[in-house]
Amino acid sequence: MQLTLNHYLFVGGLIFAIGFAGVMLRRNILIIFMCLELMLNAANLTLVAFSRFNLTADGLPNYNAQVLVFFIITVAAAEVAVGLAIIVALFRVRQTTHVDDISSLKF
Amino acid sequence: MDIYTTLPWLILIVPLISAILIQLFLRKFRQLSLSISVGAVAFAFLASLVVFFGPDSTSPSEFSWIDLPGLRIPIGLTIDYLSKAMLLIVTGVGTLVHIYSLVYMKDDDGSPRFFGNLSFFIFSMLGIVLANNFAMMFIFWELVGVSSYLLVGHWHTRDTASAAANKAFLTNRIGDFGFMLGILMVWSVVGSVVFADIQGKISLLTVHPLFLTTAVLLIFCGAVGKSAQMPLHVWLPDAMEGPTPVSALIHAATMVAAGVYMLARVSFLIEPSLTAQAVIATIGAVTCLFAALMATQQDDIKRILAYSTLSQLGYMILAVGVAAPGAAMFHLFTHACFKALLFLGAGAIIHQLHHEQGIWKMGGLRHRMRWTFWAFTAGYLALTGCPGFSGSFSKDEILYAAYDRSLWFFLPGVFTVFLTAFYMTRLYVVVFFGKERSDAAKHGHDGPPAMTAPLLILAFFAVFAGYGTAHYFLGDHEPKHHLIVEILAIGFFLCGTGFAWFLYRGREKEFISIPLFKNKFYIDEIYAALIAGTQDLLAVTSAWFDKWILDGLIVRGLSSATWGAGFVLRFLQVGNLQAYALLFGLGVIGLIYLVVFTK
Repeated sequence: MQLTLNHYLFVGGLIFAIGFAGVMLRRNILIIFMCLELMLNAANLTLVAFSRFNLTADGLPNYNAQVLVFFIITVAAAEVAVGLAIIVALFRVRQTTHVDDISSLKF
Repeated sequence: MDIYTTLPWLILIVPLISAILIQLFLRKFRQLSLSISVGAVAFAFLASLVVFFGPDSTSPSEFSWIDLPGLRIPIGLTIDYLSKAMLLIVTGVGTLVHIYSLVYMKDDDGSPRFFGNLSFFIFSMLGIVLANNFAMMFIFWELVGVSSYLLVGHWHTRDTASAAANKAFLTNRIGDFGFMLGILMVWSVVGSVVFADIQGKISLLTVHPLFLTTAVLLIFCGAVGKSAQMPLHVWLPDAMEGPTPVSALIHAATMVAAGVYMLARVSFLIEPSLTAQAVIATIGAVTCLFAALMATQQDDIKRILAYSTLSQLGYMILAVGVAAPGAAMFHLFTHACFKALLFLGAGAIIHQLHHEQGIWKMGGLRHRMRWTFWAFTAGYLALTGCPGFSGSFSKDEILYAAYDRSLWFFLPGVFTVFLTAFYMTRLYVVVFFGKERSDAAKHGHDGPPAMTAPLLILAFFAVFAGYGTAHYFLGDHEPKHHLIVEILAIGFFLCGTGFAWFLYRGREKEFISIPLFKNKFYIDEIYAALIAGTQDLLAVTSAWFDKWILDGLIVRGLSSATWGAGFVLRFLQVGNLQAYALLFGLGVIGLIYLVVFTK
């Protein structure tokens, strides 16, 4: 079976949906965080797929998309560093990673 | 280069070299530094004598210092009748004061520093005298301010001395600021700061009378500060905290005369403006009268002489204001001789009486300090304007000129003759006659020859300086002689002398008390209140501004606005992270819809 762009987009969409569902439904902040990463990587996957299947006039992949992927990876790495630090700090203060327990902004 | 172009430069440079040598290397070598300083000023005096009899020249070999389009500042010297006379006065009195200081400062550990500063002062003063342009004059003008500061504050461990030095410097700065603005105004129109150029292009200035008047009055501000005219006169009496030779040299004979000299130098600027002349003459007349009034009630011998100096400087400024700069310079010359003499005489007394300055602690000194007494008498008669002594000639010239101009300038001037005779006779009688009023006065005696000789030399000039010199200063502009002026002047002199003689003869202590005069018209107090008041007002205003505007409105306002907004927005929070994420996601979808699907 020939793998087409649609297959990749389908897998990408699926991962994104799993990630989104995780973010919406799970209550553990670490899991939510991992699900966010899933959503980012779903976007990466679709970008690479578009790059691979939309060749330029001289038969090369469209590198713009791949550059964008690197940006996302970098940003994601930075986000993980900051995010995990916040979570650790939060845990030290509150002894919990459950989002329902973190609602002090609410009046 | 012939000798007449080199010598003026040497006159200027030699005291500077002496000052540098002493201050940098010779502070530990007392004898050597003293000799160098005295040698430098003696050389300057001898060279000045040679220059005096040499030819005039406006700029012996000029150096270019700043040469830009529109601004050319040369370093050049002027040798004319004005600067020649001033050269002789400055170096002549300077030499005598140096010699005198050898004795006066004998027991002072800081005397090398003192002599270094004296040399520095001589250098700066000669710079003013020789300058051929405003910029150079201004620089030296500030330098004499610095050296005066250093010398007044020579005994810097005394609080009063350092306060007086600060006061002198700061008060002068006020005047100098105006001076600088005036120079800039003249330069902005003429495009040159060189006196000769300005004189050549005077028509550029005279077409704007108001501009010229403003510029002249601003330049006059410099003279008001330096020559201690009202209302900036307050520094001079306080400057008497310095050693007495300094008072004689700087605060009687030379530096305070710099203002008069400067005005005489730029008299071509003053002549076209009658308004400026009137202001200058008024300030001169007011200073002359009020300073004399203050002098009548002082008890410190140096302070009496200081107020007398103020009053005499008032005469000179008055003369400049009635378009008689020649008479002003003439009086400057005679005044330099007799006032330096009076100060040095007072210094001799103070020195012999172990730094006692109150006149009521002296008395009976005419037997004990015979030489000083006779020299002082010559100075006393010259200052009071006794006919035949130098002071009377120059004072009369000023009074003639004032009489020709207006009665309003003449009357204060002539009444001051009475006051001068009065306060000087009071001092003279109290110090030299009657009984000795303290132990120190019982043991006073003449100083060593190095102290007495300068007194006698100056006494000679105090008596004879008026003979044959008038024409040199006045030239062909000699004012008309009025008999009435002469009669009034002599009459007032006799009245003042006699009045004081009968009032104070045999008195043991002051029995007249006029608090207004004794407290110098409360001008110091008014200034203190004014400055303190302004400062307090400023402080209260800024404190209020800081507390309510900066702190209250801006800092606290920002923080409470943020807090308030946060408080309101808090009600929107549901406390569920996923709800936020969902809303955020919906928001993103909405944005994408807006951006992509609507135009």
